[in-house]
Amino acid sequence: MKHEISFTINGEKVHLEVEPNKTLLKMIREDLNLTGAKEGCGAGECGSCTIIIDGKAVNSCMMLAVEADGKDIMTVEGLAKSGVLDPLQDTFIKNAALQCGYCTPGMLMSAKALLMRNPNPSEDDIKEAIGGNLCRCTGYKVILDAIKEAAGQIN
Amino acid sequence: MLKYVGHEVKRVDGLEKVTGYAKYVDDLKMAGMLYAKIKKSPYAHAKILKIDTSKAAALEGVKAIITGADVPNRVGLYLEDKTFLATDKVRFVGEAVAAVAAISEEIAEEAVELIEVEYEELPGVFNAMDAIKHDAPLLHEDLGNYKYGPIFFPKPGTNISNHYKIRKGDIDKGFAEADYIMENEFYVPHIQHAPIENHSVIALTEPTGKVTVWSACQSPYAVRKALSVAFKLPLHKVRVVTPAVGGGFGGKAGTTLEGITIPLSQKCMGRPVKLTYTREEDMVGSFVRQGCVAKIKTGVKKDGRIVAEENTFYWEGGAYTEYGVNIARAGGYASSGPYDIPNVKADSYCVYTNQPVGGPYRGFGMSEIHFAIEQNLDMIAIQMGMDPVEFRKINAIKDGGHTVTGQQLYNVGITKCIEAAEKDIEWGKTNKASGPNKLRGKGIACMYKAPSQPNNVASAALIKINEDGTANLMVTAMDLGQGSNTALTQIAAEVLTIPVEKISIITGDTDVTPYEWQTVASRITYCAGNAVKKAAEDAKEQLIKLGSIGLGLPAEYLELRDEHVVSSIYPDKKKSIASMALGLEMPDGSGVHGPIMGRGSFIPPNVRNTDKETGQGEKPVAFWTFGAQAIEIEIDMETGQIEVIKVAAAYDVGKVINPQLCRGQIEGGIIQGIGSALLEHQIMEKGKVKNPNFVDYKIPAVRDVPEMVIRMLEIPEITGPYGARGVGEPAMVPTAPAIANAIYNAIGIRINSLPLSAEKVLDAIKNNKSVACKVVQNNKGADGEGQVTCGIN
Ligand code: FES
Ligand code: FES
Repeated sequence: MKHEISFTINGEKVHLEVEPNKTLLKMIREDLNLTGAKEGCGAGECGSCTIIIDGKAVNSCMMLAVEADGKDIMTVEGLAKSGVLDPLQDTFIKNAALQCGYCTPGMLMSAKALLMRNPNPSEDDIKEAIGGNLCRCTGYKVILDAIKEAAGQIN
Repeated sequence: MLKYVGHEVKRVDGLEKVTGYAKYVDDLKMAGMLYAKIKKSPYAHAKILKIDTSKAAALEGVKAIITGADVPNRVGLYLEDKTFLATDKVRFVGEAVAAVAAISEEIAEEAVELIEVEYEELPGVFNAMDAIKHDAPLLHEDLGNYKYGPIFFPKPGTNISNHYKIRKGDIDKGFAEADYIMENEFYVPHIQHAPIENHSVIALTEPTGKVTVWSACQSPYAVRKALSVAFKLPLHKVRVVTPAVGGGFGGKAGTTLEGITIPLSQKCMGRPVKLTYTREEDMVGSFVRQGCVAKIKTGVKKDGRIVAEENTFYWEGGAYTEYGVNIARAGGYASSGPYDIPNVKADSYCVYTNQPVGGPYRGFGMSEIHFAIEQNLDMIAIQMGMDPVEFRKINAIKDGGHTVTGQQLYNVGITKCIEAAEKDIEWGKTNKASGPNKLRGKGIACMYKAPSQPNNVASAALIKINEDGTANLMVTAMDLGQGSNTALTQIAAEVLTIPVEKISIITGDTDVTPYEWQTVASRITYCAGNAVKKAAEDAKEQLIKLGSIGLGLPAEYLELRDEHVVSSIYPDKKKSIASMALGLEMPDGSGVHGPIMGRGSFIPPNVRNTDKETGQGEKPVAFWTFGAQAIEIEIDMETGQIEVIKVAAAYDVGKVINPQLCRGQIEGGIIQGIGSALLEHQIMEKGKVKNPNFVDYKIPAVRDVPEMVIRMLEIPEITGPYGARGVGEPAMVPTAPAIANAIYNAIGIRINSLPLSAEKVLDAIKNNKSVACKVVQNNKGADGEGQVTCGIN
């Protein structure tokens, strides 16, 4: 039995029928073809599937698609507005805060959710916010730098 | 003055990655796509008696099922010992025995459950020392019939798949001259690459029989070759396409899921078949870093010179060692570390065990052997009352000195690296700990590494100059995140004077992009970099020739400058690259030459085989990279928890192509090194991995990051592009031994196995479990004095 749900994603309204056991991550990737969010573990352990729901960063692999009903969702594809990059995207490029890029969408969304609720975070706030986002490539320092720079703390 | 090389050019793949646009294999969706799942062995060692697929086949939505009978041909990069699905027997828990393609993942999964396999369990071997016993159960009874490369030495009738030897100088004479002889032993367990992207492949078979795979792999051409052997297809009927790769670290070198998806796709003509591993499957079913037992016997003179060393390495290679045999070889030809030791005997054994398949892992054996070499050095130095830094400087290879294969080296940066790390960590100064039950310590470790590759591996590059003066650069070097797309573009830009943003790089399609052996071994900047440089120079030569005709000036007085062919004498005499891209237009309207296409091919020069018995040879490798890390740690004496406070890393990279990306490689390597030092360990029970997930197998997160001081020295490698050497792997090699040495420095406890987990450290503190340096001869020549039990803790 499929469920009918409606929600907003990256500013667009969507109506969908989804299977009750489908994860939100799968729905986003497969039904909406938004493949920015990645599945690194499927178990809430790596953060590569992070998206923002009603202003909060969540692991979309740990939610069911039906739970999206009525929600306001943002994915990495919605970060740039009318062709203008989000400051985080700019500073990630500038600081080479990415290598393979697989963790990057999740990392950006965790950072974005942080800056949305706290535009002037401490280093510890940043570490807390991306504490669940694993990156095997960069060594994290450049990611911290990029987030600080986006928050206007370094130029 | 270089304009692009050596500058912080922004990553050329940055924009596509921050927008989520970059497409990795699992992001690809194709019409009619089917989904595959594999059936795995629950046994570490068992005969397959029967596989019944009838129930699975009857399930609605199942389109194809394969078993070992469908993939009977043995493949392997260096030793052809594996099949893509188990045939006669299974050799590790998690080995694929059958696979299903269905219209959805769920149905494929259900079908896998319906496949019935009957096994007869066999006794297994779960560590190298058991596996080499003369009565050990054999994993590969047929080893004697397997094909292998000429530089490998399997021992049929045993579990030894390679025995690599070094015999340098006169080992007996060396020990006879020594004032002290000491013996130590170390163990490095299996770890996982854990790239955030799991393995993923899509295969499609066309009616002509041509097979295309989209594969998250490091080495499209090596994969193509293996697939052509496995499926008896000519090379032009196999196409390997590699989109963005979500990290490799060696785990995506060689072939994995391609060999399973291709036969499925052959049974579903025209329908693409996708197989993406789950995290658990990836941690068990893809390559792991081999375990390694290392024994070192060292003869030292009173003045600190090491005069003899006997090294024995046993590599726990797992069920198949098609790739692992070469790690044993690398361990052998680098067996003494970056030190000049006149008399060396080394034996490096790759051993089959009923464990996950060992394979290349960032460092390719160097992390494992240096964990032993660098702790051994500290243990000896401390035993002799010498400073570990001084002891290293005495023995470090100097200009004109020799490696363990007898190769004479010049432009050796190791001493400078040691000095830099020593300075940056403030060696000798003890800092106050942050709390009452905490202690600080400092440790140092060095490393060297050469690309472990067959002598004559090739690289190629093509550059097409477009009629608007932009260019397309084509290579099959893969950007796994290390930044090769950017670095190679910089090299092309430098030669052609075409700005980086006017060059687009195309990679990873064996039907289109030219040959590259593999993206492994920290060889790409060097090998592909040389090929790109040559391709750009080839295009440049053509442009200068046309410029010479067009300008009516001799070619020797022309150069490329700011996208023009310019006279070096009359700078206003110039012709734009764009105007000659399709050939030169003559005043009478005729044309000459045609489109400018630069070709570059490269093989590392003069790399030759070593002697089979002694391992000696003038140039067994293309180049060496040297480095050192000095690390400060803090130990919580109540919990055993180690916090890495600061890492001072110094590497001689020859020439920095891009400082930002080079630093990124070193920082990333240090953190991966910290993971392997403190956290990571595949826990196995009779070959079954107990922690195949990120909860139980922790990798470093943001809070594990220390202060990092990175120094990139530039002592040129004369055969490298602009003098460059590789650095990706060296970055993680010294971290673990430096931390182990720092622990000893802090609390006087020696731990000789990884990981240096809080649990193990606390146990060693509480129960006083330090491993002492085993002195078998003191400076009076008496045997046995000071001898203590040596073991692995
Ligand atoms: S995929 Fe969701 S946390 Fe790893
Ligand atoms: S950039 Fe590769 S995992 Fe973060």
